[in-house]
Amino acid sequence: MTTLFDRIWDAHIVAPLPGGAALVAIDRVLLHERTGAAALNSLAAAGRAVADPSRVFAMMDHIVDTLPGRTDQTLMPGGQAFITETRAAAQAAGITLFDVSDPDQGIMHVVSPELGIVLPGLTLIAPDSHTCTQGALGALAWGIGSSEAEHAMATGTLRLTRPRAMRVTFTGTLSPGVTAKDMMLALIAAHGAGGGAGHVVEFAGESVTALDMEARMTLCNMATEFSAFAGLIAPDDVTFEWLKGRRYAPQGAQWRAALSGWQTLRTDDDAVFDCEIAIDAGSIAPMVSWGTSPQASVAVTGSVPADAAPAMLDYMALEANARLIGTPIDAAFIGSCTNARLSDLRRAAALLKGRKVAPGIRAICVPGSSAVRRAAEAEGLDRVFLDAGFEWRMSGCSMCFFAGGESFAEGSRVISSTNRNFESRQGLRVKTHIASPETVAASAIAGAIADARAIRPLPLRGAGRAVQRRRERGSGEGKSIPPSPTLPPKGEREFG
Amino acid sequence: MAEPFTRLTSIAAPLLRDNVDTDAIIPSREMTSTGKTGLADGLFAGWRYIDATRTPNPDFVLNQPQYRDAALLLGGRNFGCGSSREHAVWALVEYGIRCIVAPSFAPIFQSNCVRNGIVPVVLPTEAIAPLAGVVCHVDLVAQTVSSADATLSFDIEGEARAMLLEGLDAIDLTLKHRDAIQAFHARDRSQRPWVYLEQNHA
Ligand code: SF4
Repeated sequence: MTTLFDRIWDAHIVAPLPGGAALVAIDRVLLHERTGAAALNSLAAAGRAVADPSRVFAMMDHIVDTLPGRTDQTLMPGGQAFITETRAAAQAAGITLFDVSDPDQGIMHVVSPELGIVLPGLTLIAPDSHTCTQGALGALAWGIGSSEAEHAMATGTLRLTRPRAMRVTFTGTLSPGVTAKDMMLALIAAHGAGGGAGHVVEFAGESVTALDMEARMTLCNMATEFSAFAGLIAPDDVTFEWLKGRRYAPQGAQWRAALSGWQTLRTDDDAVFDCEIAIDAGSIAPMVSWGTSPQASVAVTGSVPADAAPAMLDYMALEANARLIGTPIDAAFIGSCTNARLSDLRRAAALLKGRKVAPGIRAICVPGSSAVRRAAEAEGLDRVFLDAGFEWRMSGCSMCFFAGGESFAEGSRVISSTNRNFESRQGLRVKTHIASPETVAASAIAGAIADARAIRPLPLRGAGRAVQRRRERGSGEGKSIPPSPTLPPKGEREFG
Repeated sequence: MAEPFTRLTSIAAPLLRDNVDTDAIIPSREMTSTGKTGLADGLFAGWRYIDATRTPNPDFVLNQPQYRDAALLLGGRNFGCGSSREHAVWALVEYGIRCIVAPSFAPIFQSNCVRNGIVPVVLPTEAIAPLAGVVCHVDLVAQTVSSADATLSFDIEGEARAMLLEGLDAIDLTLKHRDAIQAFHARDRSQRPWVYLEQNHA
């Protein structure tokens, strides 16, 4: 009778509150430098302390820039204060900080799973809407505002009204070349950007359990684009294998005790959801957005809908019924907490290998974390991206929005592996098309929106040679990567 | 802590589009201070100004003379979607908005509103459209929005209502449950020791 969500929620109720709300225990709080200082300073100003600093972590990803050799002096105007104040506030509060030059620096939703900060059955919050990414590990993880972050740090709890429960079941098997990103875009296109509002959405079905851990994170990442309270996937052996040995995961006897608890974290066969949606995964094609909401997405082989909203067409400079394939682009971006993990970079690199980005296209790859970047370099993926004409960056949010103070040229058309295609998100009047890393890579090569299935991926070189090459170049973090020739020097870049 | 809210009388400024996201409410490039203030100027900057020198766009609702001092905003579905940035609400508060009426809100935005003294009122689309440009009275005690023509009732979650009405600080309210919180942690620590990380911190 019980859903996975019920199990996690009920285990965290500290006390009922009047009016049906509850005081819910929060196991982990993550902060980033965009709002971390504001939350910590406002807490301190009210004379309050962080109740348990060992369970609060701060990351540098939203303001820091992603150019090799970066310092606190980010390109974002006024940005340095966010970095230095977050650092000072984190130190004063005694919380763990993954600083700008820390080997574990990266986008919070990439780093937290990598280090085992998020674990099955936990409640985890961060003042960032894509916190739902971490539901992929079977945790209840969701985004909050700064005031709620303060509340959770001061009290170890949040006051919450129980969300409703929804299950989205993807039946059948994905076709070749179709990814978790396409599954989410198809769901949101079919059921609307508000389709999951007020619900914790459990993703289930054979094509979900068949996904590897990183693809599961891509799936849960965009639960917020579906307006869901959180996304959730029942933990299984894939999850446990992936987590074992990670820094903050339990070890030894504690691991065994945790595991036996985690194995019960599932939805009963007879559980009833407030809402159920089923989607045939086999019918999903690679997707691309054409408008300024993720729900304005179609199969890449499709066309702009005949009844497309005029305001969106106007902004995107597209016409109703126009085919998406062949639409010329100005730039391509592979990065973000949606699609910048090692497997994403590998799949894009397999298409880019031996090929070149079309002339005049600005192409950028930003690994999701410093650890992803190192692992990619050990396999020689950096060389593949650089040889193809991509910039190869340090980790951070980068041009997913205005992070690091950079954005794409005004009005340009960008194909992007990110999660939001809102007006001016990636730069003033920038027209963003969101898609999988494969579609971004294929489009970068073609200079226009393209179907990655038409390109044959090539096997990547083995790791051995790549490691050797790295040594020849010297491998000091931040120094080993020559700046891309297409990169103008610091200070001359546009600020959007 | 927010100012207590009981009643509001204001002309209703219509921003009747769906999916107004927080990037539109306060664009990233306008968030240049590490605190919670200095944001009103950047509110809706992408729509409100036509160029970098901030020439007002005469077509944007809040630039029209009758709406300059509006404290009540009418919105479309899924209002406040996107990034969780509380700056969107801080900017609205600083600008002077005290109530937003929309068919639905994005959840994080809705709860940010309550924490900062903006009343999020949910009414059906058909009920909202006729309020455009009309002077309305919002009464949180009676849970009504009324104009000269009609009085509409709305639902609001009990705790949100209480916090708005009294301008209560949620942290103080919660700390009254200190004993329950400690009891929970004592019990939980023995059941799920791996959740508590002291031992992992070098
Ligand atoms: S990568 Fe983009 S979506 Fe993800 S946390 Fe950073 S800014 Fe947000």
